[in-house]
Amino acid sequence: MTVDVVAVDVVAVDVMTVIPEPIDAAAPAPQPRTLSARRGRGDRIFYRGASFSGLIVLAIMVMVGLFLAIEATQALRSTGLSFLTTAEWQPDRNKFGIAAVLLGTVLIALVAGLIAVPIAMGTALFITEVAPTWIRSSLVALVDLMAAVPSVVYGLWGLFFLQGQIVGLSRWLNTWFSWIPFLDVARADPNSPLSSASVYTASAFIAGVVVAMMVMPISCVVMREVFSQVPSGEREGAFALGSTRWGMIRVVSLPFGRGGIIGGTMLGLGRALGETIAVLLIISPRFDINFHVLEAGGNSVSSLIALRYSESSGFGLSALMAAGLALFAVTLVVNFTASWFVARSRSGASSEA
Amino acid sequence: MTATMRTSPTRTGDNADATNAHPGERRIQAKDTATTDTVLPPRPTAPSDQQRRATGRLSRNDLLMMGGAALSALCTTLLLFGRLTSMSGALGFVVVGFLVYLVTYAVLVSLTEDRPAVIDRVMAVMLTSAALLAGVALFSVVVFTLWRGRKAIVKSNFFTQDMSRTGPLDPLSSGGITHAIVGTLIMITIALIITVPLSLACAVFLNETRGRAASLVRTVVTAMTALPSILAGLFIFATWILILGFERSGLAASIAVSIMMLPIIIRSADVVLRLVPGNLREASAALGAPQWRTVWHIVLPTARSGLTTAVILGVARGIGETAPVLLTAGFTSTMNLDPVTGPMVSLPLTAFELVRSPQPNLVARGFATAAVLMILVLLLFTVARVVGGRPAGRLSKRQSRAAMHRSSADLGRIDARHEAAGQPVARRPETRHPDEVPT
Repeated sequence: MTVDVVAVDVVAVDVMTVIPEPIDAAAPAPQPRTLSARRGRGDRIFYRGASFSGLIVLAIMVMVGLFLAIEATQALRSTGLSFLTTAEWQPDRNKFGIAAVLLGTVLIALVAGLIAVPIAMGTALFITEVAPTWIRSSLVALVDLMAAVPSVVYGLWGLFFLQGQIVGLSRWLNTWFSWIPFLDVARADPNSPLSSASVYTASAFIAGVVVAMMVMPISCVVMREVFSQVPSGEREGAFALGSTRWGMIRVVSLPFGRGGIIGGTMLGLGRALGETIAVLLIISPRFDINFHVLEAGGNSVSSLIALRYSESSGFGLSALMAAGLALFAVTLVVNFTASWFVARSRSGASSEA
Repeated sequence: MTATMRTSPTRTGDNADATNAHPGERRIQAKDTATTDTVLPPRPTAPSDQQRRATGRLSRNDLLMMGGAALSALCTTLLLFGRLTSMSGALGFVVVGFLVYLVTYAVLVSLTEDRPAVIDRVMAVMLTSAALLAGVALFSVVVFTLWRGRKAIVKSNFFTQDMSRTGPLDPLSSGGITHAIVGTLIMITIALIITVPLSLACAVFLNETRGRAASLVRTVVTAMTALPSILAGLFIFATWILILGFERSGLAASIAVSIMMLPIIIRSADVVLRLVPGNLREASAALGAPQWRTVWHIVLPTARSGLTTAVILGVARGIGETAPVLLTAGFTSTMNLDPVTGPMVSLPLTAFELVRSPQPNLVARGFATAAVLMILVLLLFTVARVVGGRPAGRLSKRQSRAAMHRSSADLGRIDARHEAAGQPVARRPETRHPDEVPT
């Protein structure tokens, strides 16, 4: 909007110059007037309507959270703190806890994060810094598109394509790195050529890789957004001082985008923690504490809910809600940390993550 | 009286145009007649953010080095895999080849360049290969889904029949997913009817009112974007189906999906509304419009494209979500047009159920269903990109022409009213649009 349409219309005006009265120092200081606007009827209706819709949304959201919490208390009261440490899931015998499933969820999310974050960061930096200018906008559109592909598609890909391809990698990791406690597979003998591949399938590692594929574009979108906001002045200043491109990325882009990197990672992690279908399709459920990510079997909170909701009695459902509530608490912490980091970083003021 | 007034560029508010101040000073000729030819100042055509300059270009030397390193790496790896060691496997070949390429390339570059330059080149290769890896993996997801579903998706009956008369062993020439397509459409329509008015009104509430209530709602909505989608399903399953005693239906699934979509749409609509320039609101208020008129005539139309994008992205999330539907919709293989009674399926749920069967034909149908779903989501996404391509308040050529037409129509109306009242119609200065000024 421009305000420059000035049609100066000068009519002959008798100009009378008025010299202002000198301000009397003894006069009482002017009081600031209170400004108030009287709202018309339309505005009152508008305010009421807007507030009403805000209240409805608030009510719905609070209701979901409160309902889950209230329903969960029944189960939580009967187990107490052992809910956090028990690794079984037998609500009918009053022996249930989230130790195993929550650990499985976190392991899958960690595998996903470890794979997705470097690739997402590399891709984001490639798009903003390395790729030729003419290809940039189509790459941006492509990554945005991939972030919208439904998770069930990734699940199918993981189950029918990736699983067959990745067993070799699992076997290789187990053969050479079994001294790392996480990568050990108890039931596999790497030296025997006849050992079956089935000890490696349906593992938390494969589920993690699939979830990584799913969250990679989501993290990448946030990181690219932030990297593209790096001020040109600082970028060109680094070049003017003789920096190479990587030197510029290291001293300008990465520090500027720190909030976005952390925020994007956390956002991806939050999605990875809550993912149901891709995990449900791939993993074979198991209810013991299992650190070995390469080994067949594992579980996550959301796939536990999807597996057990229909066969549960009232109490079993309450137990599932307690598990869901624990998952929600974790994702909530992750998401709020993400938005805190993003909001507090230099680049975060206009970012929406 | 002829006076030449020198005006310095005015800066108003946080307007994008104003901050991009017009270079130099403008002279406005004020004549002693009431009519002046008013020429709008030329608008800066470039967007307000600074244009990036392309730095660095690949020289022939660079290309030769890359090619040479690649050739050498390929040969070395072939030698390693075929002759020297007992390594095998396609994945291993690619990884070893890549590492050998990196080392060869670094050595080649270090012959002529110093250390920072070597690091720079190697990192550029690393970044490129990260992007390449991501691209190949995502491409394989899309292609694999289409490939596995190719036999089912080309049959026309796949789109015209449901699965009610098709057994697990029947060939692909019978049965289809009409029931799932229709179910998805019905569910998403109901979800839209619930979410769109509510979320837009809530976003307006967040932006137009100050105070503790708005910030509380914003915090709660932000928190609920973290809600895992299956919990929305579990909530509806426990309340709507178990406590209130309704049956599993399309309506229950729509409500579950709505609960999931609501915070997502509100969040992005809130961001979009916040981007509406404050001086537009202030101008409207200065002209005496009450706040609801400002919102209805200024804020919402300005943010229309962004709001559309927010809704479409929410829909894309909602359509693709399986978990809440799995818990609330039930499963059926027949067409059900009634969202209130009887189970109803959606596309992702159908794909999920079909691929869990051991029959290859059903699996092929599952992949085709996933492909249809993917195409639908990508289509929606493309629409969102096209609609929401420009930031709030920046009009396309056609939109600005329409806006000019509207204001000239308003002008005619005002003139007509003046004439009817017997007042003289002011001779207006001829106002030209900056785009039409010949330069």
